Amino acid sequence: MPLPDFFVAHKHEMLTLTGEHLWLVGVSMVLAVAIGVPLGIFLSRRPGWNSLILGANNIMQTIPSLALFGLLLPVPWIGARADRLAILALTLYALLPVVRNTYTGIAGVDAPVREAAIGMGLTPRQLLWQVELPLASNVIVAGIRTATVITVGVATIAAAIGAGGLGEFIFRGLAMVDNNVILAGAIPAALMALSADFLLGLIQRSLVRTHH
Amino acid sequence: MNDSPAAAIEFVDVTYRINGNRTLISDLNLSVRRGETLMLLGRSGSGKTTTLKLINRLLAQSEGKVLVDGRSTTEWDVIQLRRHIGYAIQEAGLFPHYTVEDNVALVPRLERWDAARISARVREVLHLVGLPYDEFAQRYPDELSGGQRQRVGLARALAADPQILLMDEPFGALDPITRAEIQHEFMQLKKTLQTTVVFVTHDVAEALLLGDRIALMDSGKIKGVFAPAEFLRSPDDSVQPYINAFRATQHILDSGA
Repeated sequence: MPLPDFFVAHKHEMLTLTGEHLWLVGVSMVLAVAIGVPLGIFLSRRPGWNSLILGANNIMQTIPSLALFGLLLPVPWIGARADRLAILALTLYALLPVVRNTYTGIAGVDAPVREAAIGMGLTPRQLLWQVELPLASNVIVAGIRTATVITVGVATIAAAIGAGGLGEFIFRGLAMVDNNVILAGAIPAALMALSADFLLGLIQRSLVRTHH
Repeated sequence: MNDSPAAAIEFVDVTYRINGNRTLISDLNLSVRRGETLMLLGRSGSGKTTTLKLINRLLAQSEGKVLVDGRSTTEWDVIQLRRHIGYAIQEAGLFPHYTVEDNVALVPRLERWDAARISARVREVLHLVGLPYDEFAQRYPDELSGGQRQRVGLARALAADPQILLMDEPFGALDPITRAEIQHEFMQLKKTLQTTVVFVTHDVAEALLLGDRIALMDSGKIKGVFAPAEFLRSPDDSVQPYINAFRATQHILDSGA
């Protein structure tokens, strides 16, 4: 069967799996940002923790994703459902770029700007919200962008532990030695990664422009 | 300040050690009179910036007391203390994501002035530093020259009408011509304000030009406090190198004429 016909014939399953994939990526990214940005802010206040937290994150990145999924299986509650497990693993992977960019973005604020802000009587909270986060925002978004693209790719592996998503097609296609089936997973995943990259790139650029 | 003590700022036996060991300032006693411009003159590393930062508690002394308006800086709420004191630094430290107007309005907004008062004040101080509101208010710092940025920095420091203004080599990074212009404007500005100014510089000519008095610093100590005329006549050993440097430039000017 030619590829377009195959896609038409399987459009319902493709939509369902794309939806699952989006959900895995979306929830993981929300968690990664919710944890990673505060963690990066914490590091900017206590640089002593830098090596520990970024080091742990780096080690996390070196664990092959398939192995990480397997390692997390025995964890209670998390291991009980494949999607929870996948989301935890994806969140851990996405964390490093978000934490690191939040930290470097804040650390990159010019010293005189920070000094003037403190000298004029901004409270630590005002310094963070009015100066540091706005000036770091495009670097932070760049981190989120990198993390999202990685997560879209890694999330295909989640199908190996039964968490669904576009990886279902890929693994099935590999087993059946059927390129059409593989592409039914790979093409939407690639498009998803490209669109995420494009959209977050637009946001990033708009931040650069308003902040000169 | 109506219950005003004679000195706007007073250092009493102040010592500052970094991390508790290396001494940057030792046994400093200094009184800054209300309304005067006091120049802290010294070479790099002499402790003049450290001294300045002890006033708005960007640094906290290890020993002794710093009094602002008669009250120890440790008794002030530190945020109130800083908002009560204008602060202008060499690189200006303007917020790059704020327009000129928003930069200047910063402290009045933090202090919750009403919008009409803020807007009137921004116009007023921009005018004071020679930047027409209509031309400059909506620009961003990266659309300004170095001299203009420094003027905005000064306008921002003056915006909340502080009784005290701290200036840390504010004109140090400017080219000589812009520098001379802005120094001249600052002298005019001083006449219209009653602000007490503490001004850090390593430039003798600037100290002589702008200061009502000059406190000469060396190795974390004050070597003496002089009116500009006294400074030039002083036989003091620590003053001589400055006078010689100053005379050298004068000499070049004289021989060229």
